[in-house]
Amino acid sequence: MPEITFREALRQTLREELLADERVILMGEDIGAYGGSYAVTKGFLEDFGPDRIRDTPISESVIVGCGIGAAMGGLRPMVELMTINFSLLAFDQIVNNAAKLCYMSGGQIHVPLVIRMASGAGSQLSSQHSHSLEGWYAHIPGLKVAVPYTPYDARGLLKTAFRDPNPVIFIEHTALYSRKGEVPEGDYSIPFGQAEVCREGKDVTLIGYSGSVYQANGAADLLAEQGHQAEVLNLRTLRPLDVEAIVASVRKTHRAVVVEDDWKFGGFAGEIAAIIMEQAFDELDGPVARVCGADVPMPYAKELEQAALPSERQIADAALALM
Amino acid sequence: MTQLAEKPTVKDLDKGQLIDLLRQMMLIRRFEEKAAEMYARQRIAGFLHLYIGEEAVAAGAIAAINHDDYIISHYREHGHALARGVDPGRVMAELFGRETGVSGGRGGSMHLFDVERFFMGGYAIVAGHLPIACGLALANQRLGNGRIVLCIFGDGAVNEGEFHEALNLAAVWKLPVLFLCENNFYGMGTDIRRVSSVIEVYKRARAYAIPAEQVNGMNVLEMYEATQRAARRVRSGQGPVFLEAITFRFRGHSMADPESYRRKEEVQEWRELDPIVTFRQKLEQDGVIDEATFQALQAEVEEVVNEATRFAEESPKPPPEALYRHVYEEES
Ligand SMILES: Cc1ncc(C[n+]2csc(CCOP(=O)(O)OP(=O)(O)O)c2C)c(N)n1
Ligand SMILES: [Mg+2]
Repeated sequence: MPEITFREALRQTLREELLADERVILMGEDIGAYGGSYAVTKGFLEDFGPDRIRDTPISESVIVGCGIGAAMGGLRPMVELMTINFSLLAFDQIVNNAAKLCYMSGGQIHVPLVIRMASGAGSQLSSQHSHSLEGWYAHIPGLKVAVPYTPYDARGLLKTAFRDPNPVIFIEHTALYSRKGEVPEGDYSIPFGQAEVCREGKDVTLIGYSGSVYQANGAADLLAEQGHQAEVLNLRTLRPLDVEAIVASVRKTHRAVVVEDDWKFGGFAGEIAAIIMEQAFDELDGPVARVCGADVPMPYAKELEQAALPSERQIADAALALM
Repeated sequence: MTQLAEKPTVKDLDKGQLIDLLRQMMLIRRFEEKAAEMYARQRIAGFLHLYIGEEAVAAGAIAAINHDDYIISHYREHGHALARGVDPGRVMAELFGRETGVSGGRGGSMHLFDVERFFMGGYAIVAGHLPIACGLALANQRLGNGRIVLCIFGDGAVNEGEFHEALNLAAVWKLPVLFLCENNFYGMGTDIRRVSSVIEVYKRARAYAIPAEQVNGMNVLEMYEATQRAARRVRSGQGPVFLEAITFRFRGHSMADPESYRRKEEVQEWRELDPIVTFRQKLEQDGVIDEATFQALQAEVEEVVNEATRFAEESPKPPPEALYRHVYEEES
C-alpha cells in the first residue's frame, strides 16, 4: 500500500468528490489563490475554477451560513474554517442553525454540509490559535464530529462525511498534516461510530482521538518497556461515539486512561469516564483516569506549551498508578 | 420618508388580484387576532409575535415574487407563511404544538417551515438567517434555476455582525437575494433611534454598493410595486437589492410585552394608517369593491380561520416516543 501524508489523503479525497459531483463546492478563507492555510486545497483553484473553489471574505459566520443555505438549496458544499479557534465566530450558525434545522423543521430540512477545521497545539502559536474544542461540538445533538488520526482515517472518514445527509464537523489536528501512513488506492470509507483498536493489550486501555492517539501510542511503548501491555483505542468519531468498543476494551483490561488535548474541566474525557462508569462499573479495577490539557490558555513559550499538553510520560504514569 | 423613484402604477394588477391582496391582509389580521385569543385561552404557549399592522409588507412583497422563489424569514413570520400559501390550519396546529403542524410541533410560532412551498423557515436568532439566504441564493445561482431568495428581517437585525457579513458576501458574489427589512422602529422595547448611528436602514445597504430604497410598508400596492421592480433586477443576475419597508406593529413585541417604552399616541397615529382600512377605502373609491364584497371577504376569512383553529384543536399531540425523531436525517 502506498504511504501518503494526512494532508495528501484529504486532498485526494476532496479532489475525487469535486470530480465525481458537480454539486460539490468548496468555500473558505484563502482556500483558492493561497492554496489553503494548511495547503490542503493547493492547486484546486486552477483545476476547478473560482465558481467551485470560492475564496471568501474573513467572515466565518456567513461562510458557514452560506454553506448551510447552499446545502439546503441542493448543493453539496464543504466549508473550511482555517482553525477551530476561528470557528467560534461561526458558532451561532453551527449550533443554532446547522445542528437544529432538521429537528425544528420537523424533518423537512437537511443540511448535508461538511465543515473542516484545523485544531490542536504544538507550534507555539499561543492562546488564540492552539485550542482543541472538539468536545464542544460533540456536545451538540444534530452534529456529527469526525476526528481522524491516520491518513487512512482522514480519507475514509472524509468520504463518509460527504455521504452523510447531516452536518459534519471534520477536525484535523495540525500536528498530523505531514505524518505519513498507508492508504489503499481504491475506494473505501470508514463508517462513523466505529473506533479502531490500533494496538491490542490486556492491562490497560488508553483512549484517544485525533492527535492524542499519537501520545497514547507513545505511552504504550513506555509501558511495554515495563512489561505492561496497553490497548490503544482511536475513537475516530466523537459523535456518534463507539461506546461498544470502549466498553469491550475496558471489559478486557479493567483499567482506562482517557487522553485529550482539550481542557480537563467539563471536557469530553469526563464524558467518556462517565460512560464507562455507567456501563462497565463492575469491570473496573480502579477509577478511570484522565490525562488532558492543562486548564490554562495556551502559552507561547515552548516549555510552557509542552507543559500544558498531555505527555507520553504522564499517560504512562497515570496507567501505572492503576496497576 | 424617501420617495420611490416611480409612483406605483400597478397597471398589471387586475380586479381579482387587487381583491386577493385585500383578502390576504384580512386573512393575516384575522389569523393573528385568533392566535392572540388562543394564547389567552392557553392553547398556545411560548413566545407569540403578532404581525398585526404590518400585513401590507407580507401581502405586497410575496404577491410580487414567483411561487418557487425561496422565502426565509425571522420569528415574526406567520404573515409571511400565510401570504406564501402555507395552509392556515397547519400553521395554527404548529402554534398549538400539534403533530400536524407545519414543523411537526417541533418548531412552534418562531419556526414555521414548509419546504414544499419554498418557505425555508422562521428563525429566532436575530440576523441568523441572513447568511443562509446567501447560501440558498448561491445554490440558485449555480443551479441556474432562475429563482431568487426573499430574505425578511427586522430593524433589530441591522446591528448584528451577521447582517453585515451577509450583505457584503451577497454583493461581492452578486447573489440573487432580495433583502427586505421590516423597519417598525422597535426591536423589542428599544427604539431604533436610541441604538443606531444611522437610522435610515437602506443607507447601510448602500454602503455595500447594494441598490436600496425605502418603501411605504403601510401601502400594499407600493410594497407590491417596489418588490416587483427589485425582484426583476435581482433575477436578472445583477446581484442583491435591499428594500426597507417602513411599517409599525400595532401590538406589543410578543404577548408578554407591557409596552411601557412607547407612547399610546404614537401607536394611535400609526393605527390611522391601518393598511387594511386604507386599502379597502381605496378599492371602494376606485369602484373595485363595494360594501357587500368586503362583507363577503370578511365572512370568508372568518371561516378559514375558524376552520384552521378547529383543525388545530382536533389534531393529535406529538407522542413522547417521537422525541428523538428528526435529530438526524437518516442516511440517504
Ligand atoms: C441574537 C439575538 N439577540 C437577542 C434576541 C432577543 N430578541 C428577540 S426579538 C428581538 C428584537 C428584534 O427586533 P426586530 O429585528 O426589529 O424585529 P421585530 O420584533 O421588530 O419584528 C430581540 C432583541 C434574539 N432573539 N436573538
Ligand atoms: Mg423592529
